[in-house]
Amino acid sequence: MKMTIERLNEIKAQYEPIIKARNLVGEYAEEMAQHSQYRKQILVCGGTGCTSSGCGKVVEALEAELKANNCDDVIVVKTGCFGYCALGPIVIVYPEGAFYSQATPEGAVRIVKEHIVGGNVCKDLLFPETVQENGEVLPFGKIRFYKKQMRIALRNCGVISPFKIEEYIATDGYRALHKVLTSMSQDDVISTMLASGLRGRGGAGFPTGRKWAFAKASVGDVKYVCCNADEGDPGAFMDRSILEGDPHAIIEAMAIAAYTIGAKQGYVYVRAEYPIAVERLRIAINQAREMGLLGKNIFGTDFCFDLDIRLGAGAFVCGEETALMASIEGKRGEPRPRPPFPAVKGLFEVPTVLNNVETYANVAQIILKGADWFSSIGTEDTKGTKVFALGGKINNVGLVEVPMGTTLREIIEDIGGGIPNGKTFKAAQTGGPSGGCIPAEFIDTPIDFASLSKIGSMMGSGGLIVMDEDTCMVDIAKFYLEFTCEESCGKCSPCRIGTKRLLQLLEKLTDGKGEMEDLEKIEELSKHMQSSCLCALGQTASNPVVSTIKFFRDEYLAHIVDKTCPAHKCKKLTRYLIDPDKCVGCTLCARNCPVKAIKGEVKKPHVIDQDKCIKCGVCLGNCKKFKAIYTE
Amino acid sequence: MSNGNSIEFMGTPAQEAELKKVIAKYKEQPGGLMPALQEAQGIYGYLPYEVQKMLAEGLDVSMSEVYGVATFYAQFSLVPKGKYIISVCLGTACYVKGADRVLTAIEEKLGIKSGECTPDRKFSIEACRCVGACGLAPVMTVNGEVYGKVTPEQAVKVIESYMAKED
Repeated sequence: MKMTIERLNEIKAQYEPIIKARNLVGEYAEEMAQHSQYRKQILVCGGTGCTSSGCGKVVEALEAELKANNCDDVIVVKTGCFGYCALGPIVIVYPEGAFYSQATPEGAVRIVKEHIVGGNVCKDLLFPETVQENGEVLPFGKIRFYKKQMRIALRNCGVISPFKIEEYIATDGYRALHKVLTSMSQDDVISTMLASGLRGRGGAGFPTGRKWAFAKASVGDVKYVCCNADEGDPGAFMDRSILEGDPHAIIEAMAIAAYTIGAKQGYVYVRAEYPIAVERLRIAINQAREMGLLGKNIFGTDFCFDLDIRLGAGAFVCGEETALMASIEGKRGEPRPRPPFPAVKGLFEVPTVLNNVETYANVAQIILKGADWFSSIGTEDTKGTKVFALGGKINNVGLVEVPMGTTLREIIEDIGGGIPNGKTFKAAQTGGPSGGCIPAEFIDTPIDFASLSKIGSMMGSGGLIVMDEDTCMVDIAKFYLEFTCEESCGKCSPCRIGTKRLLQLLEKLTDGKGEMEDLEKIEELSKHMQSSCLCALGQTASNPVVSTIKFFRDEYLAHIVDKTCPAHKCKKLTRYLIDPDKCVGCTLCARNCPVKAIKGEVKKPHVIDQDKCIKCGVCLGNCKKFKAIYTE
Repeated sequence: MSNGNSIEFMGTPAQEAELKKVIAKYKEQPGGLMPALQEAQGIYGYLPYEVQKMLAEGLDVSMSEVYGVATFYAQFSLVPKGKYIISVCLGTACYVKGADRVLTAIEEKLGIKSGECTPDRKFSIEACRCVGACGLAPVMTVNGEVYGKVTPEQAVKVIESYMAKED
């Protein structure tokens, strides 16, 4: 089938009222709903987070109950991620925008019976913040979590069905591709991208327009465009969420990039750990082919482009661009020295553009709304927005998108809702195994590429892990080194040996055998690795150590000089003990100890066998009533 | 290179026929070795020496290249896995919430370490890096079934529930 602008308009006209009824503002949506064939729409998050917490059963229950009540004018739509993962499974009923959190199959039955059929919102099942004192119900979009957010890359996540290309088209999808193919030259696209100021969202922040210009300037009959969806930073899931929620945005942007540089074939390299994202992308590619949006002579022009998926197989280093391309070629995913850069000599030795998922997710919007619009958002240094995967010791774990320049405090306190259990914020880690820890004193730092690197961290791909007083910074540094040591590909010796030696030095500290000169050794080794490793994995592997030594030197000294772990995390430096004066012998700890390390008779003080104890902390959590268990 | 372990290869003719189809599919494709290995592992559950050899001959690449790629990526396994594959997420978000303690408790319970399989081939444990359910941290999965916000004690109970299952 050939796609034309008229056909795009037809589809848009047909589906737009349905999408607009999902507008986050209540009244307007109410009016829109009257123009759509659906009286109510029930949106259920089908992202990985909510799938894990059981959204599948909620969808089944909703559909069964709707059928039983003959609600033909109500649809259930499985969408991508809403962002508020901590409260999954999330169910939103439009046009009211009623936000049901932590939904269950039983709750789903009630939602249909009482809300959909009976017309009464089940207030006790709603997210508590949305029920106001006067009994009014706030729509989903008005909660604090979203107040400071701005959604560009995630604009369709949680709004449209990723399974229906028509819904993407209804939000002006594939219109940017049409505009580019029919009214813009390759150089026009490049100058728009340059003027927008878009920089790569994968970590390094290279200007996208310049990358495309280099690849366009490279001579060659065959060129490729690739998408890096090998999101390896543990704790980052923004790229996965975009693929799960809005896969067509990536397909459209890759087609635009292909037109710009003169490529006919593209590859998306996705982690195999992301089965839901892969499945949705596959469906999306097939739909785009059927509609003539991929394939030969797209929009009747002489532009031809097709797309394939390549699966990773669990190697962190494949997020590095040259390693990723080696992996697509079916080889070991080892990086190679640059230059030549991929724009000159990339996949299968020909000019290649490789961008990250989130970078692509901005492209169509920039083409449609213009470079000025995009560059008006953000800071002098970094334009646009950034998606962060907020995790760790924070109340609102989830996916947030904020304009560049938003401070860490706004993200953690206003959006993230602060630290749970009344604990104190200690540090935020950005940039994953390549990044650093930002201590509490820099909580008012505006987030952009320049200010993060100034304080020794980096933007990275967008993992933002919050740590509280119970997190040991030496242990965290060791955790990252274990990761990089395991993931080092072994090709260059500074990385292969360096990560191992650095890890051994850190293990020495957490085992209580550290000496002062170890700190100097760590710092010296780190310097050498930064300057001599082949790729970014090794060059940045020491960042978590260097930044924690810089900001948390006291903790390192406690491990070395006092042989203690202030956070009681390092097992060899921590003992769990029972205070015989406080223990009443209730046996709760002994019964729940996973390794049966606690002995004692009923109503008599218990004792922990230090040889058996794995320091899991279960007993400490269980002895809330008598507070007899303590650590030292 | 020896065949690496003493586990007897028990491939069936049906599996071999499947593998031949995979080989035919990827023989002419540039970069076909990786997807071929992935599908081969899907057929056999792991990549024993015999399967690697068939791939090398079928795709006309050297055995060292097949072995090199198969051992490079964490997802390829050269030894069989247990009936129940327990995977504990050690991504950062899970780690700061105590995933290491969950892993230790499971290792203690089964008497094997991460990366190993119980002698009866019922359980194997692996540590993985981020399944992406950070909102539920710490997370463990058993054959893909996700258990969120687990404590070491709950993890042990989950394992016990699988132990109680009949074969």
